[in-house]
Order: sequence, then structure tokens, then C-alpha cells
Amino acid sequence: MSHLGRTLMLIALVILVALPAVLGSRALTVFVFIFFYAYLGQAWNILSGYGGQLSAGHAAFVGVGAYTTTVLAMYAGISPWLGMFAGAGLAALLGAVVGFLGFRFGLRGFYFVLLTVAFAEVCRIVALNTEAIGGALGLYITFTGDPWQFQFQDNRGYYYVALALMVAATGLTAGVERSRLGAYLTAIREDEDAAEALGVDTFRYKLVAIVLSAFLTGLGGAFYATYLFSLQPNTVFGIPLSVDIILRPVVGGAGTLLGPILGSFILTPLAELSRTYFARTGLAGTHLVVYGLLLIAVVLFLPRGAYPHLARALARRRTAA
Amino acid sequence: MALLEAVGVAKRFGGLQALGGVSLAVEAGEIVGLIGPNGAGKTTLFHLVSGFLAPDAGTIHFAGEPVVGLKPHALCRRGLARTFQLVKPFPGLTVLENVRVGALARLPRFPAATAQAREVLAFVGLAAKADLPARALTLAERKRLELARAFATGPRLLLLDEVMAGLTPTETGEVVELCRRINATGVTVLLIEHVMRAVMTLSQRVVVLNQGQVIATGPPAAIAADPRVIEAYLGPEHGHADP
Repeated sequence: MSHLGRTLMLIALVILVALPAVLGSRALTVFVFIFFYAYLGQAWNILSGYGGQLSAGHAAFVGVGAYTTTVLAMYAGISPWLGMFAGAGLAALLGAVVGFLGFRFGLRGFYFVLLTVAFAEVCRIVALNTEAIGGALGLYITFTGDPWQFQFQDNRGYYYVALALMVAATGLTAGVERSRLGAYLTAIREDEDAAEALGVDTFRYKLVAIVLSAFLTGLGGAFYATYLFSLQPNTVFGIPLSVDIILRPVVGGAGTLLGPILGSFILTPLAELSRTYFARTGLAGTHLVVYGLLLIAVVLFLPRGAYPHLARALARRRTAA
Repeated sequence: MALLEAVGVAKRFGGLQALGGVSLAVEAGEIVGLIGPNGAGKTTLFHLVSGFLAPDAGTIHFAGEPVVGLKPHALCRRGLARTFQLVKPFPGLTVLENVRVGALARLPRFPAATAQAREVLAFVGLAAKADLPARALTLAERKRLELARAFATGPRLLLLDEVMAGLTPTETGEVVELCRRINATGVTVLLIEHVMRAVMTLSQRVVVLNQGQVIATGPPAAIAADPRVIEAYLGPEHGHADP
């Protein structure tokens, strides 16, 4: 990334850190969701954006992370701060299973997509029918406001946790970009046979990518549960969440470092505003139509996402200056 | 023992016997040309040797070790690199990034691999294109990139599958020169080629495949005069008419 790019990112980060001083709680919530979806998008980006292995079932990892953390907190009294790593570990294990089956048997393209969807659906149905974890009603977390229970009296606590998650995932992805892992993942995405011929153990690197991606997504699941205080199989394991995770990086630019963040800044406020607006006017669900239209527009006019265009515009400004 | 030694290698695709017990040895340091009419089984042999396909029968040894069953990436790590007849650049990556993927096979650290990739690009004459996306290259440049990437893996044996096909005579001459320079660095070369003049000037030894069998092996001059070879290429009446 250019010097200008780094400076701009630093300025943006300072602004984001200072923002809660001036924003009200309602606006903070929108930002929490922006950061949260950018974080999940970044986790997905490692596997699907850089590695080209399209997952449409990332909700499975969110759900496993969310349920594990919550169950450990409710039944074993383990703080979500610790439980989240157990949840992420289980999500990573699930990722390893999906990856092993998919990559060992050489599923590519649509067939791998279907495998990820199938796993997420199996998770959802299992959760729906397991009374021990609440069945269809799901689990509800009692609010205590105890920071040790990953709960904050003030929305700002969640704001900073979500921001930290997003920044950490992006830092990690930046490191991946500059490593053999990142170079090999993009090579696999561009041409798997050529990568294999050049010494890339394609099976192993795809497996590393899905495990890392699932681990991060599982951590995100823990945040989801503790932020919303409730989880139901249809929401945390559902296809709509998987789609929500994919949309940000695709709109922002899949396989680019800032794509998921950019996409989340575009889509999340739109989703939140249209959700509240249309719900108020009695047209619940219309926000999905808005979503769909936006996605069509992106596919038609920005097939590689918004980020490449932004980067080019910035580069032009710099040469002009 | 030869650097590469294939014995009795056979491969069948459904009803088609692509290779019927082919034996081939390549000594370290050689440039060997592999020729034959279309469908003779040349590319199939490359796929078997490089681990992309498994033979139905026969053994393949590389540097004294049996390699049947090894994946292509494992063979690459052992020093056997290949190019593809239909070039497979990573289109969205820059030329430098393409070659760096190859260099990372021996040099796991980014800075060292990047430096190595730049050296290889200078060696093959693509340094000026380093920062262009691979999709912006001409066919001749793509062929050269394909070669550069494979060479960057630090191979002992390089399998080149028609790296000259579709090039102008001038470009072909440049690639011939490049192959010689690569060979001079100590890399053994086995190349499939249809451009006869190039194979004949470049190879120390030529192996001729026809219908899945080796029909002749020898120095270029002897191969060019071999009636069996002429017959394979031009049909029986030509083969027998020429004494």
C-alpha cells in the first residue's frame, strides 16, 4: 500500500477511535454493525476472496462460535472472553472437516459452494432439534452489565470491541497478503493446476485458509451472541446471515484488504436505515429488495467491487497533486 | 542412473491407449527433444512424469527415487518443474507476482523470493513488464512468463511443453537462445516441440513418439533421416520412397 494510503488509514482509525465522544447510542449501534460485518467479511475474504474457495455457509462458523460461547457461559460459568476461543476452536474444527471433505475430493466451484451451504443447513437443523441448547427458541442471555461477562452498560464498550476485532482481522489479513500463504492462496484462486505445478501444496493451503477463516468467524459468533443477548438457529445458522457475510466483501472488493471494510460502510448503514424505515412504514422486508437492487448494480457496474475504483481515484489524485 | 528414467509407462483413457509401455531416460545436463505427430502421447507423458496423472503401469524414477504417486507440488519441490502447452498465467497477478509464486518454492521468505523473481525476469528479458498484470501480456510474453515461473522454482529438470508454438521465427529464435542459457545454468531440459528447426538445433538427442510408442531415439541428424520417423509424420509411401 502506498504512503498516502497508510496515512489515510491512520487518520480514519483516529477518527473512528474518537467518534464515540460525539455520537449517540443509536448511531453507535450502526457503527458496531459496520465493524462487525466488516470483521466477518474479512474472515470470509481470506478463504473466498484471496483463496477463491467460495463459501456460502459461513453462518455455520458464526453459529458454532455463538452457541459454544453462550453454552459455556450459561452452564459452566466460563467467561465469554475465554469461551469465545473455545467457540472459535470448534468452528475451526468444523472448517477443517468441511475443507477436508471438499478439498480431498476435489470439489471446485459450485460444488464446494453447495457443500458449505449444506453444512450450515445441517448445523441449523441440528440446533433446531437439540432441546439442550434451546431448540427453536434458542438461548437468551441475562443482562448483568458485567464486563467479565462480555457485557457493557454503555454501547461504547461494544463499539471498541467491534472496532478492535475489525482492525485486528485486517492487520492479520495484511500480514497474510505479504506472506507465502497469501501468495499461494491468490495463485490457487487464479489457476489451481499452475499453482500445483509451481510447488504449491494446494490441498494444504486451502485447508489452512478455511481453518483460519472459520476460527475468526467463530470469534465473531461469540461477539454476535454477547451483543444481541439472544441466538436462534434460524438467525445464527441461517442462509441470510451467510449471504450478509458475503455481500460486504463482494460489494467492496473481494480479495482486497480494504474491500470488506469499504463494503460494510456502504451496505450496513443502508441495511440498518432501510430496515428501520421500512419497518416503521409497515413494509417490513423491503430492505431486502433494496439490497438486491444494490447487488445487481454492483455486479453490473463494479464487477470487481468498489475498492479498485477508489484506489485508482486516489492514485490519480496523487499524480495530479 | 539417469536423472529421469521412465520404464514401461502406460496410460489408457477409456478406449484409447494413449501410451503403451514407453521407456525414456534423460541424463543430467542434457537437452532432449520429444517429438511426434499430434496424438502421439507427448503431453500425456508429461502429465505422468510431472504427477498430474498416474500411470496404469510402469515406473518413473527422478534423481534415483521412485516418484509415481507423488503430487505435482512434491515433484516440484524435488526439482522437477513443467510448463503447460496452453499457458496458465495467473491473469490477475502482476508478472513479478507470477514468478514469485515459483520462487517461493525454494525461498519461503517474501523479500528473498521477490529478489529471486526479479533476477529471473531480467534473465528471461521480462524485467520491463514486471508490474503489469499477466493478462496484459502478448502470447510470446506469456510463453516466456510460463518458462520464467517454472525456472524460478529452481528445478534440476525442466519439462517444456510447446513453449515455441505460435511464435514468430524471431521470437522462436529468442526462446531457443533462452533454453540454451537455462541449460547452461545446469538445468536439464526435456521439451515437446513441433517447430522442427528449433528442436533440431537445440536438442542433443531427440525421442520420437508415435501412437503411444517410442519409435526412434538418437541425435537430431539421424532422426531427421530415419525412415520410420518420416513415415510417422508423412505417411507410409514417403517413408519407403526415401532410401
